[in-house]
Amino acid sequence: MRLVPPRKGDPLLVVEHMTMRFGGLVAVSNLSFTAQAGLITALIGPNGAGKTTVFNCITGFYKPTTGRMALQTLAPQHNRDIDALTRSGRRWSAGATTPGTGGTFLLERMPDYEIAAKARVARTFQNIRLFSGMTVLENLIVAQHNKLMDASGWTVKGLLGSRVYKAAEAEAIDRARLWLQRIGLEDRADDAAGELPYGAQRRLEIARAMCTEPRLLCLDEPAAGLNPRESAELNTLLKHIRDEDGVSILLIEHDMSVVMGISDHIVVLEYGKKISDGTPEHVRNDPKVIAAYLGVEDEEEVAAAVRGDAR
Amino acid sequence: MAGKSSGGEAPGAASAPVSVLDALKGALFAALIALGLCIPMVLLRTEQDISNRLVLEPKWGLVAAIVGIVFAARLAWLMKPARQSSTKARAALTLSPGAARGLQVGGLALLALYPIFALLVVGPSGAIKWVDNFGVKILIFVMLGWGLNIVVGLAGLLDLGYVAFYAVGAYAYAIIATKVIPATAPALGPYAFWICLPIAGLLAAFWGIILGFPVLRLRGDYLAIVTLAFGEIIRLVLINWIDFSNGYAGIQTPRITFFGVPFTSLSGDERTFSDIFGLTGTPTVYRAIFLYYVILCLALLTAAVTIRLRRMPIGRAWEALREDEIACRSLGINTTNTKLTAFAIGAGFGGFAGAFFSARQGFIDPKSFEFIESATILAIVVLGGMGSLLGVAIAAIAMIGGIEILRELDWLKRIFGPDFDPALYRMLIFGLAMVLMMIWKPRGLISTREPTIFLKERRAVSGALVKEGHG
Repeated sequence: MRLVPPRKGDPLLVVEHMTMRFGGLVAVSNLSFTAQAGLITALIGPNGAGKTTVFNCITGFYKPTTGRMALQTLAPQHNRDIDALTRSGRRWSAGATTPGTGGTFLLERMPDYEIAAKARVARTFQNIRLFSGMTVLENLIVAQHNKLMDASGWTVKGLLGSRVYKAAEAEAIDRARLWLQRIGLEDRADDAAGELPYGAQRRLEIARAMCTEPRLLCLDEPAAGLNPRESAELNTLLKHIRDEDGVSILLIEHDMSVVMGISDHIVVLEYGKKISDGTPEHVRNDPKVIAAYLGVEDEEEVAAAVRGDAR
Repeated sequence: MAGKSSGGEAPGAASAPVSVLDALKGALFAALIALGLCIPMVLLRTEQDISNRLVLEPKWGLVAAIVGIVFAARLAWLMKPARQSSTKARAALTLSPGAARGLQVGGLALLALYPIFALLVVGPSGAIKWVDNFGVKILIFVMLGWGLNIVVGLAGLLDLGYVAFYAVGAYAYAIIATKVIPATAPALGPYAFWICLPIAGLLAAFWGIILGFPVLRLRGDYLAIVTLAFGEIIRLVLINWIDFSNGYAGIQTPRITFFGVPFTSLSGDERTFSDIFGLTGTPTVYRAIFLYYVILCLALLTAAVTIRLRRMPIGRAWEALREDEIACRSLGINTTNTKLTAFAIGAGFGGFAGAFFSARQGFIDPKSFEFIESATILAIVVLGGMGSLLGVAIAAIAMIGGIEILRELDWLKRIFGPDFDPALYRMLIFGLAMVLMMIWKPRGLISTREPTIFLKERRAVSGALVKEGHG
């Protein structure tokens, strides 16, 4: 059987029965959802609902107490052996890390850097985590560390001035330049990342994550602190990433104009439990979401906010 | 951001001009405090007289001198015209890339010609002091500073036990050269230093990894304490494992040879360096000059490797690790390997320096590897500006050269009395110098960071944006 990648709408990340406990506190309780390939999935919920905890579990910064998180990089017909893989104790199926093929990764078994490097799940942070003392360009080059490290023969060949490494570095610069053009920061490439205005830092963090060439891009509140114009630009950027780069996106967001404007699929959390899951249309009209997520006192205002016409 | 501009100005000192009367009052107050402190600390000094009795000998002259200096300094400080903009003054002191380049080339030429100058100016017998005590000793610390700079300055891992790797290198040379080589291949004896140098570096790097593993998860203060303990453990093992290291009695190590040719003949029948090249005069001068060039080459090797490594993915990963470890992991960087390589490479250079130190001294004991050495090396890195090779070199010259200069200041005895030994005050002077440095330039002498790669133009990154690392 010829191996084919998942098509748009096929499951990419399948989270099943994820529970995360911190001592006596249950931050996420028996959460199951699917993020589809080629689509934008939004994770929303009131403050403290456990959204960032879910993100930290998916990207390996936390290890969930229970649950399975399978990242399937092949079309569903290839993924029948997932239970066998789970029983085997391995972290990924044979061939999953080979370029050109694919397989299944069990993210709950992998450390954070391996999830980024092997499963190719990239993320950004709620409080921006740029390398502020390094230049904008350096930030994007560091993101391509693993590729460059291989090309430099674990530094040895690079120190000796190998041509392979030089070519790889030139390629890395080209990719960085491309992303700088896309986020409109080419002129500031040689400035320190910490000097950029807030909105530009947000865009740079997304570009840095994209420079790792991810399959799944996880964005933790990318629109936080952006003005309406920047939010609109962000919408365009994320749609481009989905449509032109073919990268699936999982995002946490409070800004309803972003969520309703670009999401293909929304999962709503409250107190660590899933209360709704579906298309924006479905979630918008779900009485549970209206009641629980946004409170019941001000129903008129709530409905308006959910419709997204408050802005 | 707020902390940057407020710096260390005393409140009110810079803003409003102070009247003469207020300044005099302030200075008098400072002088009184100095007097109060000096009476118990400086004035009362007991001496043993001929019949072994302790007699009190008041040092009024010294106290008066100190109080006078405090008074004058405080008065000058209070009277000085208010600065318009402290940030502007600070920015002007930052080196432009061109000036830094010029300083580098000029510095290198000066370093290469230094022993020859010394020979010409003070003659062969005087040159030993200037080449060995100043040149070689400073360069050892330049090299140690550059080695530690990889760990602290680039990777942002606070290492308080760096001297442990220096000790590993020194003892590796001492033990291999005095025990292993005579027992296995005595013919290699004259080449001992050159054989042991790489082994010492590798052994120190190995111990760097051994230290690295337990501290991988530690950050900040915890990391500092464990590395401090590691340095002490190595020293205590060297003191107490007498079969291995000969304890406090130390080990006599073979002197460095000119690629196998000795400088001084032990048995008297070997051809020495002076015989071969037909040189007259004390052979120790030639040895000192040779040692100088060896350590110069080793130090420059450290600098070259550091400069190249910074432009490699591993070097960028070190700096990224210093900036933000969590972001590194989110980008797929294996922070374990990154930290271990920083520890190993930094330690390796410490090991080279240790082997060289051992060959230069001709004798080592655990007293050479106490915590004060680690603290000095760290102070050099911090004063120089973490990550800046030039800054570290300047700081090493100032700190180590400063100690040696203090020994030369005999004329001070004419002012403070014949018992005054300026070298005894070096820690006090250093403390003061460091406090002043941290007020004047809190991020070190050269605080700007040179980017490792650029698209259009190389622009130095302001030190205010560069992080110190957190572990």
